[in-house]
Amino acid sequence: MTGPGTHQVGALEARLRERRDAGSKLVVPYLTGGLDGEWIDTLRALAAAGADAIEVGIPFSDPVMDGPTIQEASERALRSGTTRHSILDALRGADVDVPIAVMTYYNLVARAGHRRSASELAAAGVAGAILPDLPLDEAGPWLAAADEAGVATVLLAAPTTPDDRLAAIGARSRGFLYAVGLLGVTGERRELAASARAIAARCMAVTDLPVLVGVGVSNAAQARELCEVADGVVVGSALVRRLLDGAGPKGAGEFLAELRAAVDG
Amino acid sequence: MSDASVPTGAGAPRARLMGVPGPDGRFGEFGGRFVPESLVPACVELSSAFDEAWGDPSFHEELDGLLTTYAGRPTPVTECRRLSEQLGVRVLMKREDLAHTGSHKINNVLGQALLARRMGKQRLVAETGAGQHGVASATAAALLGLRCVVYMGEVDVARQELNVFRMRLLGAEVRPVSSGSRTLKDAVNEALRDWVATVETTHYCIGSVMGPHPYPYMVRELQRVVGDEAREQCREVLGGADPDVVVACIGGGSNAAGTFAGFVDTRSALVGVEAAGGAALGSGVPGVVHGMRSMFLQDEDGQILEAHSISAGLDYPGIGPEHAQLAAVGRATYHSVGDDEVLDAFRTLAATEGIIPALEPAHAVAWLLRAARTGEVPPGSTVLLTMSGRGDKDVAQVMEMQS
Repeated sequence: MTGPGTHQVGALEARLRERRDAGSKLVVPYLTGGLDGEWIDTLRALAAAGADAIEVGIPFSDPVMDGPTIQEASERALRSGTTRHSILDALRGADVDVPIAVMTYYNLVARAGHRRSASELAAAGVAGAILPDLPLDEAGPWLAAADEAGVATVLLAAPTTPDDRLAAIGARSRGFLYAVGLLGVTGERRELAASARAIAARCMAVTDLPVLVGVGVSNAAQARELCEVADGVVVGSALVRRLLDGAGPKGAGEFLAELRAAVDG
Repeated sequence: MSDASVPTGAGAPRARLMGVPGPDGRFGEFGGRFVPESLVPACVELSSAFDEAWGDPSFHEELDGLLTTYAGRPTPVTECRRLSEQLGVRVLMKREDLAHTGSHKINNVLGQALLARRMGKQRLVAETGAGQHGVASATAAALLGLRCVVYMGEVDVARQELNVFRMRLLGAEVRPVSSGSRTLKDAVNEALRDWVATVETTHYCIGSVMGPHPYPYMVRELQRVVGDEAREQCREVLGGADPDVVVACIGGGSNAAGTFAGFVDTRSALVGVEAAGGAALGSGVPGVVHGMRSMFLQDEDGQILEAHSISAGLDYPGIGPEHAQLAAVGRATYHSVGDDEVLDAFRTLAATEGIIPALEPAHAVAWLLRAARTGEVPPGSTVLLTMSGRGDKDVAQVMEMQS
């Protein structure tokens, strides 16, 4: 078990622990940065509707962990000229009162250099980073730079992760532990995978960090069901699809409120 | 070659190159295993399964049996007399174009398919560019009774329709990929996405010396039969000597890696030839994509750029990590040639030697024509060129470009 006393607790982890310890379930939406001209308004709407933290995707040309919805959002953002810097600049001025974690691919932080990338994130007010193609074994240099800059690196645990490895991942994750709910890429699924409850329970058993289940969490009912066994959920494709379909900030806020009500109920 | 202008192996730290990488799968600063957590256990499992099989005489016996009685190995080395006369250098050609399915790709897939079966996996997924690896994978799957799904970019599906038909005849399912640049890079992405979801029952049969550890090492070992055979064959032809220059084309770099593995500890100069529009070593910078740290064409932000080549098989913005290491330490040199030179080489080889090359090895031929002309390969040198595949699949495309 890793208690909060074993490492520096940043803004992301502090907020999530505080909310969880107060008895609340956690809802973290994912939004592709630069998706459209009003994505910062969407970010604010999500915060206002009760998001506990927000994942902002920095789009990458080759997103191997993402299914069709987030691929489309990434391509759309990149085509309209979105860059790492344009997203960080926008976040710096966004003035939202919930912690932001960026979700991107390792090449984007490696290209600029670990220390420079980590300090740029911190300077933009970003509290956490999620890099799904950087497993624990390869993460050393990035983790050192991120720790130094005060950026919490959220590690992922998968249904195929063996127990000893899961304990090591739980011990090294910061902010929260991201339990990947199924074997597969991001995207909506009609049914909740059986693996989602199982990996959530296994994660809860190895760490005191907040445990959030993501990938394949598609609607309010599924979010509520997972909150029986986990501290909360990450919802990405279901939200991004609504935005691709033109839901706008208002629609995004309404969807978040629906998720919020389901897990609070 | 007395005044070699192409660097040779002399003085390079030869013993440590192209050996067995450590458990972190590093080739110098390149390589590694940068995959989603879901795939880490599968890569670890594959690594031990390969090590175990590669040390097991019965695995080699079965693989060697298939390579001999099914794939047609050993492939010959042909002395190209008319081309040699024309260039003033002595050209030997390792004829992987004569292997079953028409290219060196069969060497790798037979090994991986046997390994998949040994691991109890009943399904193969593969990516393909020109279709040669897809055809080889479909062939091995048919032979061993495995299911096979091949991902292929839409652009490549259009320009290599004959190979698409071949794969389907062989019982494979071909899934066109419409994301990104719709070529090899995107086919790799889609194959990885499939594997993330199916890893418990599926083996990802990667077609080149790329991807996460152990693939670059494993595929090089499965292809080293090309270099090991060629070295002995060259010594027979050259009275015990090694060729001055060993040259092969490079997309991901598997035929070159297999060829170089046989010569890395000799004095032969090793030359890899990339497509000008996909020259990861010529124009790329270090990056991490498709599970490996290597050299990639990318912009300042780290977004991967699209490669452009007449050859679907070389239309890839990266290169295998071991090539990045061989370039970094100077043991091999890498050059690029443009589409026009390649077409010229394609025709020249057909007309002078009666060998219609695939567009991929036509890159190696194109470099040789240029290097012999400029003196980079001095007159009287001996050159081994790996003819990695035959040109049947490309004839329609070249015909169309002529009209």
